[in-house]
Parts: sequence; C-alpha cells; structure tokens
Amino acid sequence: MYLCTKFQASKIMTIINMLFSGKNYRLIIAILIASIPVFGFANPADSVKVHVSAPHSETHQATGNAHDSHEPKDEQSQIRAYIDHHVLDSHDFNLFSDSKTGKHYGFPLPIILWDNGLHVFSSSKFEHGDAVAESNGNYYKLGHDEKIYKTDAAGTLTGDAHHPTNAKPLDFSITKSVLTLMGVSLLMFLLFSSLAKSYVKNGGISAGFGRIFEPLVIYIRDEIAIPNIGEKHYKKYMSYLLTIFFFVWFLNIFGLTPLGINVTGNIAITFGLAIITFLITNLTAKKSYWGHIFWMPGVPLPMKIILAPIELLGVFIKPFSLMIRLYANIIAGHVVLMSLIALIFIFKSWFGGTLSFLLSFAISTIEILVALLQAYIFTMLSALYFGSAVEEHHHDEAHH
Amino acid sequence: MTIPRIIGAGLVVIGAGIGIGKIGGSAMDAIARQPDATAKIQTAMLIAAALIEGIGFAALFAVSE
Repeated sequence: MYLCTKFQASKIMTIINMLFSGKNYRLIIAILIASIPVFGFANPADSVKVHVSAPHSETHQATGNAHDSHEPKDEQSQIRAYIDHHVLDSHDFNLFSDSKTGKHYGFPLPIILWDNGLHVFSSSKFEHGDAVAESNGNYYKLGHDEKIYKTDAAGTLTGDAHHPTNAKPLDFSITKSVLTLMGVSLLMFLLFSSLAKSYVKNGGISAGFGRIFEPLVIYIRDEIAIPNIGEKHYKKYMSYLLTIFFFVWFLNIFGLTPLGINVTGNIAITFGLAIITFLITNLTAKKSYWGHIFWMPGVPLPMKIILAPIELLGVFIKPFSLMIRLYANIIAGHVVLMSLIALIFIFKSWFGGTLSFLLSFAISTIEILVALLQAYIFTMLSALYFGSAVEEHHHDEAHH
Repeated sequence: MTIPRIIGAGLVVIGAGIGIGKIGGSAMDAIARQPDATAKIQTAMLIAAALIEGIGFAALFAVSE
C-alpha cells in the first residue's frame, strides 16, 4: 500500500505542479471566475420561478383522482418531498420529469405480485401513482411511500396518506434497485470472467478492459486478506471479499451517476450484505472463536460470566454496524448532494446557482472517494471478522 | 420534540467529530514520527474512524426517528 500511495502521491504532485506552475494556473482561475456568471444566469430568475411553482397537483387533478390534498405546496416542502422520494426504491425507471406539463420521461418496469395467485403487469398501469391498476379482478394502487396497496375499484386508501392501512400484496417486482443489481451483477460477471480467461489465454498476463482491476484484486489479496485472515486460511474467503468489494464499489459509483439510483443507500440491500458476512463468519468459525465468546480464556471466573453475554451481543453488533455504516454513509451523501443542488431553487439568483455549483462539485468529488472508501471498509471489516473466526490461539503462555 | 432532537444530533456530531479528530491527529503524529509505517497507520486509522462513524450514524438515526 505504501508503494501504491507513494506512486499516487507523486503522480498527483506532478499534476498539481503542472497546473499550478506558471501561467496555466492563472488561466484556470481566470476561466473559473469568468464562467461563474454563465452558470448563474443560465436560469433567469423568472423562468425558474415558473418552473418550480407550477403546481404539481394541477396535472394530477386533471386525471380525476382526488388524492392530492397532501401534495406539498411551497418550494421547500416540494424539495423535501423530492429528496425523500429519490432515496426510496421505485417501481419505474424515471429519468426526469417535467413538473409544468406533468410528463415523466423514463421507462416502466414489470410488477410481479403474489396475492392468492400471480399478478404480472407493467408499472405504466399505475401512471406514477395517479391511476388504479387492475389485474385479474384485483385493484392495486401505488402509495406515496412507493409501496403497492390493494384497493377497491375507486382506489381509496384508508388511514394516513403516508402510512395507509390497506392490505399489501407480496411484492416481487423488478424495481429500479433490482434492475440495477441485475445490471451490476451482469457487468461484474462479464468483466471478471473475461479477465480470468485472459490469464489462461495469454499465459499469466491479463488483457482486455478488465485488466484495470488487476491491481485492486492484488491489493485486496495482499493488503486486506492475508494480513487479516492469515496465509493459511485466506484463500477460501478471497472470492467473497473480492465480490463484496467490487459489488459495493460499483453500486456506490452507479448511485453517483445522474440515473438517480440509490441501491447501497437502501437498508434492505446492506442488511443482505451484512447477513452474508455474519453467516460466513459464524459458519466457518473454529472452536477457539466460540471459546473466546462463551468462556474467555485467561481471565478470572467472575469475569468469564460477565464477558460471555457482552461477547455474544458483539456477534450481532458487528454485522449490524456494517449494515448501518454503509447505508447511512451513502444515503447521507445523496441527501447532502441533492440539498446542495436544491439551493438553486431556494436562492433563485446567480448567487445561489454559483454557490450550488461549486459546493455540489466539491461534495461530488468527496463522494467518489467515499464510494471507494466504504467498499474498502466493508471488505476490510469483513476480513477482520473472518480472521477472528479462524484464528488459532496458543493459550499456554499468551494470556498469563 | 424537534428541539431536543436537534440538540441530540448536535451532541452526536460533536462526539463523533472529537473522536475522529483525535484519531486523525494521532495518525498524523505517528506518520510524522515513522514515515515508513504510513501504510499500516493509515489502515488502522481508517478502521478506527469507521467504527466511530458507525456508532455516530446509529445515534443520528436514533435521534432522527
């Protein structure tokens, strides 16, 4: 890692030197300052106002549904509703919407429900929550929380608008997150299987696009797996560590693209990942791991009794913290970024546009780092837990 | 209910900030003293920072729920 960081540092330094020595740096500063008004005046205040305050509910009421009494009116709550909506999973792939005309640009995804029989239909039937979808005599409606509820033909949702008390069918739909998961899995399969094949074909030398990941694979083996798990056992964990690292990293990076997907910022996904780490840790654990949990060697008897429940709790806290860390980091990044972009609509002036551009640019750069860092931390801590599970202790002298 | 929550969120951030700040500062000192061990120190620093961050986020979610 030292070599690696040294190399990167020297590379970055040369780039910085290139930029900041002589005229280039003055030129860049000049271009930045000169372009600030362009960003600021790109949206004149009037057009922004019209765009934002065009009431969303008008188009909805035109479709004849009386569910929009809860639609947010002022801009701040509109922005909040938009951000809240973005961090949720969704049943259609919405790239962008025009609030003035009420048009949504994107494509629908299949809905698969189990409700005393299989119901399969396209999510375009919901018309983004405005219409009631009918399938084999049952009626379904999309709630504000992006969940599907069973309703009558008129589509009445009982109870609070954000937490309806209607019955919910079992939802196996291909949602936006599921589609992304499938896409990333396919991408990873193609990339890494071609990388693996190229080793055989070229006699130990990687080829093709996948070779840019070779240094990372070696880094995970030499700097994460071997030091934490040990020479003897690391091999059987390598496949999982590599998978989890690239899976989390790719999903984090995809979350930063303008596609607006938020997969690793979904607690169900991180729960699934953490559960796999939990199962692997505990199913491959050796005797000494359980010995250290239930009967800590080398401490007096009363301490053994006190330590056992604490250590047992630790078994569950470890994967829990894995789950919360990834989820919270990614969702916090998305919320902060979208709030900064929303500054444009709050200030409605050249100042807000410039501020929003500069701040969101800076935070985006940090988020790219966070995407890699969170994948690294998840892999690193998983390796640490695996290492504690297979560690072999020699208690003769060590604990006295 | 909002004001105690805001105060709680502030306290969480102060605590996590002090914790991660101490780790970062100590890592800086250690790297200055032993530049050859930079890689090991950075790894240990990141793990410790991630553990504190996890607790900080858990507390923030408890506050915001």
